[in-house]
Amino acid sequence: MTGVGNPYVDEKSVSGVDTAGGSTVATAGPAQPPPSRGGPAHGWSHTGLLQRSWVRLLLGLILPGLILTLWQLNSVIGPFSAVQVPPPAAVFNAAVELIQRGELWTHIGISTQRVLLGFTFGATLGLTIGSLVGLSRIADALLAPTIGALRAVPSLAWVPLLILWMKIGEDSKVTLILIGAFFPVFTTVYLALRHVDRNLVEAGRAFGLNGFKLLTTVQLPAVIPSVFSGLRLGLAQAWLFLVAAELIASSLGLGYLLTDSQYNGRVDRIFLAIILLAVIGKSTDALLGVAEKWAVRRWT
Amino acid sequence: MTVLASPRSTAAVPTKQALNVTFAGLGRSFGSGSDRRTVLRDINFEVSAGEVLAILGPSGCGKSTLLRAAAGLDALNAGSVLIDGIEVHGINERCAVAFQEPRLLPWHTLQANVAIGLPKASSASEGKTKVAELLHLVELDAFAKHRPREVSGGMAQRASLARALARNPGVLILDEPFGALDALTRIKMQDLLLDIHRAQPTTVLLVTHDVDEALQLADRIIVLGSDADLPGATITEVLTVPGQRPRSRNSADLGRMRSSLLTSLGVTGH
Repeated sequence: MTGVGNPYVDEKSVSGVDTAGGSTVATAGPAQPPPSRGGPAHGWSHTGLLQRSWVRLLLGLILPGLILTLWQLNSVIGPFSAVQVPPPAAVFNAAVELIQRGELWTHIGISTQRVLLGFTFGATLGLTIGSLVGLSRIADALLAPTIGALRAVPSLAWVPLLILWMKIGEDSKVTLILIGAFFPVFTTVYLALRHVDRNLVEAGRAFGLNGFKLLTTVQLPAVIPSVFSGLRLGLAQAWLFLVAAELIASSLGLGYLLTDSQYNGRVDRIFLAIILLAVIGKSTDALLGVAEKWAVRRWT
Repeated sequence: MTVLASPRSTAAVPTKQALNVTFAGLGRSFGSGSDRRTVLRDINFEVSAGEVLAILGPSGCGKSTLLRAAAGLDALNAGSVLIDGIEVHGINERCAVAFQEPRLLPWHTLQANVAIGLPKASSASEGKTKVAELLHLVELDAFAKHRPREVSGGMAQRASLARALARNPGVLILDEPFGALDALTRIKMQDLLLDIHRAQPTTVLLVTHDVDEALQLADRIIVLGSDADLPGATITEVLTVPGQRPRSRNSADLGRMRSSLLTSLGVTGH
């Protein structure tokens, strides 16, 4: 198949066209993996091995394991004192202590709630306004410059204003996270809609699709994979903005745990908070990653 | 012929009447001011209902532009295209297009892609039957539930043809539909197109860069070309291809026409 340039496609086209009836073709064709995966799917070559999820998981754990070992080693012989870098056991004890006092789950719970609320609102707004600006030239001309300028404002610059308007409560924090989650989602949706394959859109038009029907049949399905990567970026940014919000004014949450521990000299708790942020952030991202993978398989 | 000529449910697909097409003083240019570039000028031609017309020309001469005008995908600067005496304004239900690339929606099955071609008026059950018939016609029954990336380029192109036929078009517009396929698949697709045309004798406008393809498929061939002193391409030659289809690929008559066509396209010594 000269025009396609794909050996996998070649084979099948020959078998598919040569046989007159459909029945023989059916056994030759279906249930093969998509051709885009480079390298063999099975076997023990490097690429084959790297596609196994447990191998990837193990490889991904090597570096954290190494860091933990060095960390532990540091407490015995290392260059840093226990005040600068408390040993892993101390951090673990700090966690146990906070759990026993019933505080740790509250911190984690309230932080997660803020992120989820802010992310949900921000992502919804990003999807809506991103679609509007991406599809309508008038909306683009009217809104895009202003949104671009607002995006240039550093996150912390909003804090005084939000506190002034909404007082130090949940609203101001969730709003700050909303702002953080909005921009990545908006930008990816907007750009993806701008770059939907013109050929597909034209084909849709040629078959009488237009307006809303064209949108739901061609344009929206085409951007679904990009929407998911935008959501992932938005969620990551929501966690960043969470800490910004909690560092400044709060009495609960992981960001508060950080500042409070700084004032009290509890370096072990600072370590604990950082590790928790890493683990929870990565976990929520992994969940969305699974959804994104599914979307890419389903919509491309 | 090949296996593709085997008897098929030819009556199954209801046929809309084939429609005639008139190009009246058609002209198209792009850009404005000093950048203005004329692509087509003074195209006057009548295609009779049910005819297969091949449009040949060197690349970049505006063959596709002419087709896009007939399909209503493109606006004109001068003249008009009439289908069945009615001027073309934008997309209309009387035409269906198959492009050089299949342009199938990757997230739909072949079946769902073909269904996109169905006229708006058709009911769900009618549509379902029709899609099944068309998939049978292009021999993709077994692949109805496959996604475009799971089938070969030739199969995707057949699905794209089925999608166009689903419209019951009075005029079938084909823009180098087999250009991206390998030689063997192309011959089979050409035979399939002839079968389809027999089963559903619609008017066919076929742009191609393949002289042999034009000689095999067309009733008449028009050649687009340009004069040295005037900008833009126009019809420089109209040929009626002798003989009933399917034509022998080795006929001496066709061989002579082939040489003369290649010469007028600027290729000599063949």
